[in-house]
Amino acid sequence: MLSRRIIPCLDVRDGKVVKGVRFRDHVVMGEIVELALRYRDEGADELVFYDITASPEGRSVDRSWVERVARVIDIPFCVAGGIRSVDEARGVLYAGADKISVNSPALERPELIDELAAAFGVQCVVVGIDSMRDADGEWRVRQYTGDPSKTRALLRSTLDWMIEAQRRGAGEIVLNCMDSDGVRKGYDLTQLAAARAVCHVPLIASGGAGTMEHFRDAFVRAGVDGALAASVFHSGSIAVPDLKRYLQQQGVVVRLQEISGHE
Amino acid sequence: MSVVLVDAGGTNIGSVRYALQRLGVDASLTADVAQIRAADKVILPGVGAAGPGMARLRELKLADVIRSLTQPVLGVCLGMQLLCAHSAEGSTDCLGVIPADVSRFEEAPGLCVPHMGWNRLSPVATHPILKNMEDGDWAYFVHSYAVPLGSYTLASADYGGGFSAVIASGNFHGMQFHPERSASVGAKLLKNFLEL
Repeated sequence: MLSRRIIPCLDVRDGKVVKGVRFRDHVVMGEIVELALRYRDEGADELVFYDITASPEGRSVDRSWVERVARVIDIPFCVAGGIRSVDEARGVLYAGADKISVNSPALERPELIDELAAAFGVQCVVVGIDSMRDADGEWRVRQYTGDPSKTRALLRSTLDWMIEAQRRGAGEIVLNCMDSDGVRKGYDLTQLAAARAVCHVPLIASGGAGTMEHFRDAFVRAGVDGALAASVFHSGSIAVPDLKRYLQQQGVVVRLQEISGHE
Repeated sequence: MSVVLVDAGGTNIGSVRYALQRLGVDASLTADVAQIRAADKVILPGVGAAGPGMARLRELKLADVIRSLTQPVLGVCLGMQLLCAHSAEGSTDCLGVIPADVSRFEEAPGLCVPHMGWNRLSPVATHPILKNMEDGDWAYFVHSYAVPLGSYTLASADYGGGFSAVIASGNFHGMQFHPERSASVGAKLLKNFLEL
């Protein structure tokens, strides 16, 4: 039985882990390797490193920290931010990342997804989608969300883009519901459930986790495969071991081994 | 002890190498026939697709070399599938040192393909590579193709039905999951391989 995944997301800027609310006002949370090891020891199932300024600044991920993380971490990790070609993706994967996630560059040029899947296999290719509900009630995609002054609202519907991304070779989708991001009121269960209905590859919920119940609801009510969160973990308001024990009590299949020895 | 990682172009080579370093073994990355033949242990990593993987081994003139090895060999993920007879992925003839055929997972409601994430291992045979493995140990999987259960299966996992997680035939061994990314369980199983 496949377990549901708990995925701390580490936003990286200038080689440090940072956190802002609604993508603004970033404060330094700590060193990349140190935080990565802490989450590994606490039983995180996977880590996502997101170079938040790479895409708006039009540059690729700095690979030196990817290699430093790969040397010490024995759980899978994904790197996101500004990867816009097969060569750049190869650099990040060869530095030791297990997956690469593309978002804005895939919106600029959707063929990027096909090219990455052909070069590395769909299992390496994650497509991140930033989504907001517009006034007409439709969920639509946002681009360049790493920098509020550069963020663009697109005409593309979130669910249509999700279907296209899978057809092109996305092996996993991370759906970041921006209306709920950073405000800890819970994942957007309505949007996630709608996404689940059209998503036939693993679906990861992002944006809005504030309590342990929010994680349970994303798994039980929206049926997601993994739940990604940043601030609740970085601030210490939810500890990964406590969360996993709670989820297990709630009947969610989670991996507890690294925390408590053999359960 | 000399351990070599066969450089067949997989993107997880770095990760496997670092995992071995954490166990105190400095493995060399090579496509050199003499170096592979002389090694105490040979690891065939691999991420990607079966067709290009086999094409690369043939191009490097390594297919027959690997078939003729007599020391312990470990294939990881795609590397394990390449040790089998045939893969449905691109209908590819593989190395054929483990008598198994690789087939695609069938998509079903609630069953996403690729099978991606942490799943439990169940030993189904006794073998030194499974030393200290407990029923229910968690390992990290990422794959769309799998080896069915058979006489070569040492440990199984379940995803819409049982499939092979660890296989062996003679000196050839395979792990479908990524030991280099399976935390302490993965380290334990890699260490077992190094001690064969």
